[in-house]
Amino acid sequence: MDAFTALYRAEFSRLVAGLVSMVGGLQAAEESVQEAFEAALTQWPSSGWPPHPRAWLIRTARHKALDRVRRRANFEGKRAELEAMARTLDDPAGLSDDEAERRFPDERLKLLFTCCHPALAMEARVALSLRTLCGLTTEEIARAFLVPVPTMAQRLVRAKQKIQTAGIPYRVPAESLLPDRVEAVLAVIYLVFNEGYAASSGEARVRQDLCDQALRLGRTMAELMPRRNDVQGLLALMLLHDSRRTARVGEGGEPVLLEEQDRSAWNRMQIDEGLKLVEEALSGGPPGAYELQAAIAAVHARAATAADTDWAQIAGLYALLARVQPTPVVELNRAVAIAMAGALEHGLQLIEVLDRKGDLKTYAALPAAKADLLWRQGRFRSAAAEYERALALAASAPEQRFLERRAAEARRRSEQRA
Amino acid sequence: MQYLLLIYRNEAEAAACSETERAAVFAEYMALTKTLESEGVLRGGQFLHPPAMTTTVRVRSGSVMATDGPFAETKEQLTGYYVVEATDLDEAMAIAARIPNARDGSIEVRPVQLSH
Repeated sequence: MDAFTALYRAEFSRLVAGLVSMVGGLQAAEESVQEAFEAALTQWPSSGWPPHPRAWLIRTARHKALDRVRRRANFEGKRAELEAMARTLDDPAGLSDDEAERRFPDERLKLLFTCCHPALAMEARVALSLRTLCGLTTEEIARAFLVPVPTMAQRLVRAKQKIQTAGIPYRVPAESLLPDRVEAVLAVIYLVFNEGYAASSGEARVRQDLCDQALRLGRTMAELMPRRNDVQGLLALMLLHDSRRTARVGEGGEPVLLEEQDRSAWNRMQIDEGLKLVEEALSGGPPGAYELQAAIAAVHARAATAADTDWAQIAGLYALLARVQPTPVVELNRAVAIAMAGALEHGLQLIEVLDRKGDLKTYAALPAAKADLLWRQGRFRSAAAEYERALALAASAPEQRFLERRAAEARRRSEQRA
Repeated sequence: MQYLLLIYRNEAEAAACSETERAAVFAEYMALTKTLESEGVLRGGQFLHPPAMTTTVRVRSGSVMATDGPFAETKEQLTGYYVVEATDLDEAMAIAARIPNARDGSIEVRPVQLSH
């Protein structure tokens, strides 16, 4: 990423967020900021970067917004309202660069809540957040979600129209609405992260970018709402998962099991930060789903080798998680943890029950988990059969290659024994 | 801003309601209407007669065609509406959530296009 793109990504959201109230709408704010960056792009190569790029951008974006408001004032004749708007936009003369930066409000939290409002469709929330809060271009978002650019552009336009027309407010929600709304914001951030993390298709670089953007959004939330455990918990969870970024994928793109990962390749800095956040997030109140998942990731992160993993603690955490998030996938993970904690047979039985219920019929991880436990019991023939079942359900080519290899190895061992 | 709150209910469920249930819900509506009036946010609202009483009108090549029944034959039918004044969607949604049939039906919150 070049310096200009980095600056764009870093400053775009604050500039847009600050201008929305002044210029009376997200679309107008975004266009003004966009114009300011375009002006920079034409002027800076010859004039050189200004000493305070941010102050320069703030001033220019304000001017652009002011022009816009004045044009509208002439056009629509809603003079009084627009003149009041113009007054807040007009940059007080004689301010130092530092002062200009300091006086510009940080309203990114309002922007986050608006972009993640439940009255918007989930895909619109995701696209809007990536556009306005992460400064991704429409083309970049389209590429990340494998949709045509015009489709993505339309999605963004429609979302902004709805914000304006339906009167979606630009503010941090009232205390009574806050729990639900924070949850909506976190759901968007986590979806962006998982889209990048669990991706089975698409360019690796684009995917990693999504994880980075989710982390940035998570950091913004954590910085702006430092006292909320779920917010800190989600950031911790994402950091701990992302710390295994390089270790979890083999050279051919195939997944590497946690157990077989080179732990020296885990990102220590992310782990340290994640562990600290988990402790804080777990210190107050009953933990929610994000805190518990982060706590589970923390147990793995603390184990120096796979054999050192405290599976009993993980099983306990999954039992708590199953209470706040009673889903078959959580049940499956709990069963695996129980098996790994030493009760292999009991864990297998629990998976068997889940298997018969059929909720996870299309979920490759169930037969794969079963196969792995059967393997550990030395039941290679049954393991091979389960790996083949998983293979039929696996979506991505690298995952299929991995399962194929395991199935073949299980078959070889069973024949060797016979 | 003004919002039209459209009240939708499952027709079969509505028909299966007992007389006492119906009376209780009606009383709730009367109370809500009064409260919204006293809060100064109510701009209008009525109950509607059932969909079977509806006629749909279209003009095609200059001639008027009438058909019996509502435009969309769905299980969920429009049974009434309110028009309310609210500063933003959050406020309008909060009012919508107080409508008795929000519990068993659904309320559509539609911004009204006001002429200037």
